[in-house]
Amino acid sequence: MSSNVTPTSTPVKTTGLHVGDAGPGCRKVDPILIADNVRRTFGGLTAVDVEHVEVPRGAITALIGPNGAGKTTLFNLLTGFDKPDSGKWEFDGRSLAHVPAYRVARMGLIRTFQLTKSLALLTVLDNMKLGAKGQIGENLFRSFLPFLWRKQDDEIEAKALEILARFKLDTKKDDYAASLSGGQRKLLEMARALMSDPTLVMLDEPMAGVNPALTQSLLDHVLDLKSKGMTVLFVEHDMHMVRHIADWVIVMAEGKIVAEGDPHLVMQDPAVIDAYLGAHHDADIGTTDTEHVEVLKELIDDEQ
Amino acid sequence: MIDWIQIFSNAAQELISPTTAAYALAALGLAIHFGYTGLLNFGQAGFMALGAYGYAISILSFGFPVWGAVLVGIGASVVFALILGIPTLRLRADYLAIVTIAAAEILRLTFTTNTFADITGSASGLQGYKGGFADLNPIPTGSYGFGPFTYNAYDWWIRIVGWSLVVILALVTWLIMRSPWGRVIKGIREDEDAVRALGKNVYSYKMQSLILGGVYGTLGGMIFILPRSVVPANYQTSLTFFVYAILLLGGAATILGPVIGSVIFWVLLSFFSGFVARAVEAGWLPFMSQVQAGQLRFILVGIAIMLIVIFRPQGIFGNKKELAFVK
Repeated sequence: MSSNVTPTSTPVKTTGLHVGDAGPGCRKVDPILIADNVRRTFGGLTAVDVEHVEVPRGAITALIGPNGAGKTTLFNLLTGFDKPDSGKWEFDGRSLAHVPAYRVARMGLIRTFQLTKSLALLTVLDNMKLGAKGQIGENLFRSFLPFLWRKQDDEIEAKALEILARFKLDTKKDDYAASLSGGQRKLLEMARALMSDPTLVMLDEPMAGVNPALTQSLLDHVLDLKSKGMTVLFVEHDMHMVRHIADWVIVMAEGKIVAEGDPHLVMQDPAVIDAYLGAHHDADIGTTDTEHVEVLKELIDDEQ
Repeated sequence: MIDWIQIFSNAAQELISPTTAAYALAALGLAIHFGYTGLLNFGQAGFMALGAYGYAISILSFGFPVWGAVLVGIGASVVFALILGIPTLRLRADYLAIVTIAAAEILRLTFTTNTFADITGSASGLQGYKGGFADLNPIPTGSYGFGPFTYNAYDWWIRIVGWSLVVILALVTWLIMRSPWGRVIKGIREDEDAVRALGKNVYSYKMQSLILGGVYGTLGGMIFILPRSVVPANYQTSLTFFVYAILLLGGAATILGPVIGSVIFWVLLSFFSGFVARAVEAGWLPFMSQVQAGQLRFILVGIAIMLIVIFRPQGIFGNKKELAFVK
């Protein structure tokens, strides 16, 4: 789908992120997020079993892997939406174990969701204003004294309008979020995440269900986050997007990190091909999973 | 011959009756719970019962002054909200619905049981708690008003206090719902995980909402008992459903909706009951006895509410735009 999109500009890649050889769980020069032995099981299924992973600061990191690899579960664990069975993980030097989701968000780690969670019956502007941190008027006892929070609210509104203008949603500000298209909702969710000035933005499939015309604009916004000094970690299935904007790629399969590295090199890693196609993908077993073959063909075509 | 003047004047009295005010307060509380926060509280009758019993018992058994009795009622409903909320607000909305409906019934049965008859008066309830409230009345004794709205000083005093409370709490609700606090609350109604991801303590906000709406119900419960006595049978689950009917009639996420909804509900109820009773007397409905006629009014009110919900699902004051999108 998005293979038809020609990039408007070649993004500047950040390099030299890791220490030593690139490989699963390799150390980074300046990690912002570190997870150790994070395990989450659902009954007999081990959804996530990450020995060690570090996310580099100030770069765009892609988390890829086949369906069911545990990417979203890892997201939920890291952001406090789910609790792991064991393990420790820290953000910016502060432990995140047993920290509830709203506190994780206040620390500056903001996430979006695979299925967009725009607040349907709030206006676009209210959606945005909800994203701001430390609002005086969000305390019940101060809320019915508008003179206490009016000034701050005006500042928040100005900031919201400025970000909306950047995302070209400013004309929609008084519409209910429910009236936006799927792609616009993705934009709104990303814009809303920026209201709190996060240090790490975690995007769960930002491109899923977005039409090609909007894809380019979304890509530019993700790159823009990096240029504004934020760290981005995103889950994505679209390999072209990953190669286009990611500085670093982490590959998950069956709950484990199987490969890490530069986006162009990591896709040639046999572990990645195994992850997508199975270790015996070249053995003739009569039927083939066409979707995965297509992904592989795309990868090979692209490398040539 | 039917005495239409009498039917209409009885119905008109409901316009400003303290019962209408009490239901308006309870419905306003439910608007905070259900309309704005999305909490399915089916125990509003329990909050009202706590107001009624908290007030009456404080005065009768402990000799508290009026303000002390009001505080006891409010305190009891805060504790009740905490007991309901702590285990259930972390779970999905339907769990709260089940727990609240059961808790309200437990309260009612506790007030009904003979074991505590000394304090609660068991099934016959409580009376004789009105002295303190009547003493506060600044209106000199006598009869005031015109036409159907002629009442003695005490009756006017209840109406003034009841409707002032409705006006004040409606204003407070309006103020907080247009504040950033209200924005978070409405966000939680739409998607609480999204609000959590933006750094808001959703659990705490839901608890605040449950307590606040519950206190509205409790104050409604106190106004409710001032013109009558405290009878446990008044606090059945059907009370909660009448309050829900009022809320949906007026519009769930509105301020004026619950108030006007309550007025319409009680005027209609009074009109139908007066009309049906007299129609049976006059022999217009030969297939029906007086006892059956008493029940028919609820059927007619039910039909009226069904018609409104079918043809105006957002309620009288609700925003049609909010229904244009199916969630």
